Amino acid sequence: MSFFAFLAARRAELLALAAQHLVLVAASTAAAVAIGLPLGIAMTRLRRLARPLLAVAGLVQTIPSLALFGFLIPLPLLGGIGTRTALTALILYALLPILQNTYAGIAQVDRVVVEAATALGMTDGQRLRLVELPLALPVILAGVRIAAVVSVGTATIAAAIGAGGLGTYVFRGIATVDTRLILAGAIPAALMALAVDALLGAVERSRRPFRAAALLAASLVATLGLALFAARPARERAVVVGSKNFTEQVLLGEMVARLLESRGFAVERKLNLGGTNLCHQGLLSGELDVYVEYTGTALADILARPVPPDPARVLPEVRERYAALGLDVLDPLGFDNTYALVVRGDDAQRLPLRRISDLAPHAATLRVGLFGEFLERPDGMKGLLRTYGLRLGSPPSEMDLGLLYTALLDRQVDVVVGSATDGLIAARQLVVLEDDRHYFPPYDAVPITSRQAEERHPGLRAALATLAGRVDAATMRRLNYAVDGEHHDPPAVAADFLRAAGLTN
Amino acid sequence: MHKSFGGHAALDGVSLAVAEGRVLVLLGRSGSGKTTALRTVNRMVDPDQGTVTVLGQDSTAWDPIALRRRIGYVIQEGGLLPHLDVGDNVALVPRLLGWDEERRRRRARELLDLVGLPPDRFEAQLPRQLSGGERQRVGLARALAADPPLLLMDEPFGALDPLTRRRMEDEFRALQERLRKTVVLVTHDVPEALRLGDEVAVMDGGRVLQHGPPGEIRDAPREGFVRDFVGAALS
Repeated sequence: MSFFAFLAARRAELLALAAQHLVLVAASTAAAVAIGLPLGIAMTRLRRLARPLLAVAGLVQTIPSLALFGFLIPLPLLGGIGTRTALTALILYALLPILQNTYAGIAQVDRVVVEAATALGMTDGQRLRLVELPLALPVILAGVRIAAVVSVGTATIAAAIGAGGLGTYVFRGIATVDTRLILAGAIPAALMALAVDALLGAVERSRRPFRAAALLAASLVATLGLALFAARPARERAVVVGSKNFTEQVLLGEMVARLLESRGFAVERKLNLGGTNLCHQGLLSGELDVYVEYTGTALADILARPVPPDPARVLPEVRERYAALGLDVLDPLGFDNTYALVVRGDDAQRLPLRRISDLAPHAATLRVGLFGEFLERPDGMKGLLRTYGLRLGSPPSEMDLGLLYTALLDRQVDVVVGSATDGLIAARQLVVLEDDRHYFPPYDAVPITSRQAEERHPGLRAALATLAGRVDAATMRRLNYAVDGEHHDPPAVAADFLRAAGLTN
Repeated sequence: MHKSFGGHAALDGVSLAVAEGRVLVLLGRSGSGKTTALRTVNRMVDPDQGTVTVLGQDSTAWDPIALRRRIGYVIQEGGLLPHLDVGDNVALVPRLLGWDEERRRRRARELLDLVGLPPDRFEAQLPRQLSGGERQRVGLARALAADPPLLLMDEPFGALDPLTRRRMEDEFRALQERLRKTVVLVTHDVPEALRLGDEVAVMDGGRVLQHGPPGEIRDAPREGFVRDFVGAALS
């Protein structure tokens, strides 16, 4: 299928995501102007304010966007999962250029002109309105243009916290190793940035920039109003289904969502959320009603408890401790997605490698790729190296989950820390090394929901319970491969599975 | 009056008066305090000690905004607002005073005529399209727009070439014959001061060293700075 046919097939979704993206950019830029313009003007009146304010705005600018999202999520009012947090972050980023240019634009107005205006008997407000703002306008508009263009880029990352937009395709594409999907998000985003730049540039150069800016602002407000009106959520709250941002999680999220839909629940999907903690926090705060977690992750990562030597103790302990948090751990789906050290088939034969302990003599020369979370987790890299006495020659390369196998197949790295159900393992003759010292706890996939979710949506637990024991490891690997290897859409794969398993009709 | 800026005395015991309808020239080098003295009149500067009586009232009793709208102000190059056309520049104070548009426009055209700029040609031009002399005329027209009794002029002809300058000075004198405004004019140019002033105050170091009619300054400059300054300019 050509790229254009691929795009055409997704026309409706693509347009919706682009609209969402544009709304994020427009709303955040408009809000940043509403905050930054008066603040910038205030700085020219109270010059003592200027330095500290610009310093703070500059500092915010240096925070990487994902980190800023991370800071914001736990905050009440501003934070949470979704649009609100994204808007807050985008506004914070947009503030600096607007503040800076408003301040500089007014400060650069010829002193003689300002002096003359004062001597003619203008009040401060008249001087601002009749002299300073008109003369500073081109500089201020340049600031707005920079802010808006940067917002288009930053807004793609907002998909990581469930705010939608074109970044949804980018993240989904990275997670499923699908270049076309990445491009389907990235190219429209780039075009949007160029269009925004050109449009605001035209306003800047227009002979009547005031009128043009006012016109643009008015049409923006109208568009936003329409979009907000159109996007008004239904009064009745839907069940919110979450997932983390890798193929298996997206598939599981889709399965849960479709299963619930077939049982008559209204469902809202917040899939592809950027990390374990995000999902957990979402569940605790009530922004998510259900997602699928892994028992080992819940115990070691979320609860920060030591893993008991008896693997059979893990699920009961998680269930007990989650209950104290108001969360219900349902019965396992039927597969254990343990961490897996994966090597290329030819290396496995040549060296040879069969178990993790076989790595020890080669550790100095092998390059390891993993995703960042694994470095930090208590059941992660540090303990693994200690348990197996491995001394690496070079520090592991951190990369996104979705890029791990690409790097392994391209021989950029030799060992990746993946998971046992990764679909590419069987399809590309990769070998999973046996955890011969039983370092990893079991990672049974379990749906997690909250008591408040059950109260809001009676019957939710019972509906979810029908999935128990229905997905074994082989099935999960096959489904993952259908997405990662054969580039089928996760919703279609999930739907096929549910139908074949007799869970829906 | 006394006025210091950061420990430096800009005005060090200045006392001056100008009668209605007369032109007082403040003459001195840059830094002599002449501009600071001028700016006390429309409260762009308030003296640390001493008082200024403007239009029959202590200046501090005036609201500065209302005061400035009753005082015409002309500066070097005109100080025109670069984004407004000539007509709007001239009609600026009437606009601040809330005149309706029709009346403002009539007044602007009248004044452009008065300063020798045909309104049909100049009204819609932007300041950057004008020559230095034309800009200066627009600045003067703007200062006169609301018919203020008092006019402050800070080096009004300072940026002009000698020929244009001379012509502007002549025109200013002719205009003043008709309008009889009370004028305080600041300049560092001795011949200009002697030509335009009904009286001239020579300033240096924040003090008035000699104050009298132009003839007295020219023919009987006081020993010291005044004699050197005037002598150097006229020799």
